[in-house]
Amino acid sequence: MAHRSASTPVLDKTMFYLLQCLLIVQNARLLSHSILLKNFHKCLTIRHSQTFYKFVKMIISKCSKEEKKKDFFPPPGGVYPQGCTQVKCCPHSLYSPLDCPMFPPQPSAGPAQLSPSLAGLSLQSQTPESLRVVNLLQERNLLPPGPVTPPTPCLPQDLQKINCHPEVFRSTLTSIPQTQSLLNKAKLPLGLLLHPFKDLSQLPVVTSSTIVRCRSCRTYINPFVSFLDQRRWKCNLCYRVNDVPEEFMYNPVSRSYGEPHKRPEVQNATIEFIAPSEYMLRPPQPAVYLFVLDVSHNAVETGYLDVVCQSLLENINALPGDSRTKIGFITFDSTIHFYNLQEGLSQPQMLIVSDIDDIFLPTPDSLLVNLNECKELVQDLLKSLPQMFGKTMETQCALGPALQAAFKLLSATGGRVSIFQTQLPSLGVGALKSREDPNQRASAKDIQHLSPATDFYKKLALDCSGQQVAVDLFLLSSQYCDLASLGCISRYSAGSVYYYPSYHQQHNPAGVECFQKDLKRYLTRKIGFEAVMRIRCSKGLSIHTFHGNFFVRSTDLLSLPNVNPDAGFAVQMSIEENLVDMQSVSFQAALLYTSSKGERRIRVHTMCLPVVNSLSDIFAGADVQAITGLLASMAVDRSVTASLSDARDAMTNASIDSLTSFRTSVLTIQQPGLLAPACLRLFPLYILALLKQKAFRTGTSTRLDDRVFAMCQLKYQPLAYVMLMIHPALYRVDDLTDEGSLNVSERIVPQPRVQQLSVEKLSRDGAFLMDAGSVIYLWIGRNCNPNFLTQVLGVPDYAAVPPNMNMLPELDTAESQRTRAFVGWLREQRPFFPILHVIRDESPLKASFLQNMVEDRTESALSYYEFLLHVQQQVSK
Amino acid sequence: MAFTFAAFCYMLALLLTAALIFFAIWHIIAFDELKTDYKNPIDQCNTLNPLVLPEYLIHVFFCVMFLCAAEWLTLGLNMPLLAYHVWRYTSRPVMSGPGLYDPTTIMNADVLAYCQKEGWCKLAFYLLSFFYYLYGYVIISPVSPLRVCSNN
Repeated sequence: MAHRSASTPVLDKTMFYLLQCLLIVQNARLLSHSILLKNFHKCLTIRHSQTFYKFVKMIISKCSKEEKKKDFFPPPGGVYPQGCTQVKCCPHSLYSPLDCPMFPPQPSAGPAQLSPSLAGLSLQSQTPESLRVVNLLQERNLLPPGPVTPPTPCLPQDLQKINCHPEVFRSTLTSIPQTQSLLNKAKLPLGLLLHPFKDLSQLPVVTSSTIVRCRSCRTYINPFVSFLDQRRWKCNLCYRVNDVPEEFMYNPVSRSYGEPHKRPEVQNATIEFIAPSEYMLRPPQPAVYLFVLDVSHNAVETGYLDVVCQSLLENINALPGDSRTKIGFITFDSTIHFYNLQEGLSQPQMLIVSDIDDIFLPTPDSLLVNLNECKELVQDLLKSLPQMFGKTMETQCALGPALQAAFKLLSATGGRVSIFQTQLPSLGVGALKSREDPNQRASAKDIQHLSPATDFYKKLALDCSGQQVAVDLFLLSSQYCDLASLGCISRYSAGSVYYYPSYHQQHNPAGVECFQKDLKRYLTRKIGFEAVMRIRCSKGLSIHTFHGNFFVRSTDLLSLPNVNPDAGFAVQMSIEENLVDMQSVSFQAALLYTSSKGERRIRVHTMCLPVVNSLSDIFAGADVQAITGLLASMAVDRSVTASLSDARDAMTNASIDSLTSFRTSVLTIQQPGLLAPACLRLFPLYILALLKQKAFRTGTSTRLDDRVFAMCQLKYQPLAYVMLMIHPALYRVDDLTDEGSLNVSERIVPQPRVQQLSVEKLSRDGAFLMDAGSVIYLWIGRNCNPNFLTQVLGVPDYAAVPPNMNMLPELDTAESQRTRAFVGWLREQRPFFPILHVIRDESPLKASFLQNMVEDRTESALSYYEFLLHVQQQVSK
Repeated sequence: MAFTFAAFCYMLALLLTAALIFFAIWHIIAFDELKTDYKNPIDQCNTLNPLVLPEYLIHVFFCVMFLCAAEWLTLGLNMPLLAYHVWRYTSRPVMSGPGLYDPTTIMNADVLAYCQKEGWCKLAFYLLSFFYYLYGYVIISPVSPLRVCSNN
């Protein structure tokens, strides 16, 4: 700022004058403002001196700051009613709601009462909030106080109101560029992020004998179609005109006839249909669950069997299903053990198959049994299973043959296989060798062995997928297990992977708790069987690549033997034909599945986005979190196909290229510094955080399995959880107050401010909570407020904080209640159970806590400021 | 003058290249079918994968023939494709069976576009070399119509 000080007196004078002006003409404030701004722009065209630019820019920015503080000038969102008729240019709703807390939209007598021409004038001279230029090198506090909210697509209000919820369906660019070349110029990735089977509190379900779809592209009727008249509707994806069937004329909600546009299908962007028999290739399958358990010496040693059996016993009635639900068990060490649970037996019968090279089912009919009919036998088995192998000395483990057996058992019906595995498979097909050299973890320039060692698991997964069998993998191990190879079994059969490093019943109680909670959720969550998901998009757009766990059966069809509410998907899009003459484009994801009750259902999500033809509009609609999420998935692919360093470079370049494009093509005034639009101001920070994420970091010792698991999660988790993994949220919790708190089901949840991830934000007299998605750290400063220690942690002083503290004691104090309410609320927001670690300065976990401080420099990675300088250097080249 | 080994090579290459042209067309059609959703990628990869090695071997076979016949120019023209085949096969995904195409990645738009482009390029190369071998055969062969004409 030093270079500006010389001119300050002049500046202040001008500013004073300006502010005076603005204050005096309060009634016609918009008018005066726009004229002032207009005059500045005139000045700009006349005088091109660099310093003059600075003054003007500074005046404008100071003015706007003044306005904000005083709420002098209503925010753009308030000025213009959201229902603008023009889709292509309405900067106001591009206004990012990031600053909303400061700025509640308020009705205003402003331009609405001005003549249209004046309103238009101010529209042009005022840049939308999301395009406000931010000099990243100077602005330190970029993080909004609360969660980052996605931008709102710039659509007419009535359409936007019914648009799909961003947690379910989100696009990286909320304004779609008209041509591929425009997209290439913006250097931002175009893609969708989906969470299609998310647990929804409110979901309209429609039962009707005919489901209305477009006759040529098979799109389901949705809120964004247009009705030409009462009898005809025009598809919003292929623009074909279709007839409205007779049945659709009657509205079951209002019980009126002749209002097809009031039907629930046309009022909700997310809707579920109960499908008639045309949507079935075979009768809907029953819910079938098969548990495949590792019972080798190593597995028994970890003691996980107790937890699994206990958890299953507790939740056996809560397993989703109906009267047809089937269940089965297989255990394996060097041989495969089947359990005959047929009705009429007095106790479960164990059948051992030792010929693992040519696996067969000893009694094909009685291994999978009806849960309701044989519940007692199943319970007997679960009670005796942990003791059965207590003294086993068998160390070998034949996972491959066990999987083949599981596939054979389920291939007739389809269903879900849950594998619990604790070591590297060593026998039979699919045996693996250790590929990791622990000494190379930190020093290796490039990480090897990110791709599978064998294609056995992939091929088996494809076979499973064909027979509607999904395989979920629970990996509980202390040594290297080659997740890169094993993970394929879940990846291509649409299963999920859970990984508990160094799991041990005695030595790692926090891990056990986490496993228990995850297992409970896993067993009781909703499940859809024999599912397929098709993603359709408006003509001109096409799908480039899918990310997630599935098998791609054709260009727009994913085969998902099982679908669960915690699975996320990402789709890269490309623009094949120019979208000229289109005001908006639509995307529709339709998920066809069999519910656990044996009903065939279709869940349809439709999203509509505006089409724009200028770079500034594209930038204004960029969704930085979605972009980061998509880039992370792309980087995972890149590190497997090319190399990790390649992926890291690509991510850095993504931020450099987009900021360069913004600087050269959107900014009319060149300023020094690293300039970013407000909506992308967190982009370099997120990229840096990604580079320091477990999946992509180098130089720090990272176990290969941890890295591969982090990669799996980046691709498979829905965006909300991925963002916490990438950029954890840090809160100061020793001074929680009820100010601004939420009221969730009669509990008061305090909402502390999100802090930057830098050690400089930590203070020794505070306590800080870091929420990193799957783990929560509570860091206690050495001179922490004694009040917090006694009232929340229940310890007299700092030294008395126990070294392995994993829960907050239930104390009857206001502080304790607040803190517990806050932690509980954080945990409720995600389907998995994050462990809480209370850490002090001496704790061994302090290192992993500090590794999440992404803005700080480490031995091998740049600090945030250094990274910005690097980006700036590249941008101004 | 006897029917030379080189002429025999050219004649053989001519026939084999005709076969390779069919291979290339087959590939192009197969990838087009994938792109237009007619076929399941697993089935398609299962039909394409067994064809990859035979194609490469045929090409290697007549390259070796040309080497024996000391047809250095022809060999030189074929070397780039030979090198490409070696590179392509060594950088294939982890697979237990023979072949190149992985059903899990084949639907990726980049991979599919690459395979299609590869198919078209190969088709063009084989077509050009087909005419080149025809020309070479005609020039070298003792019983070629040209020689017959000139002898008369």
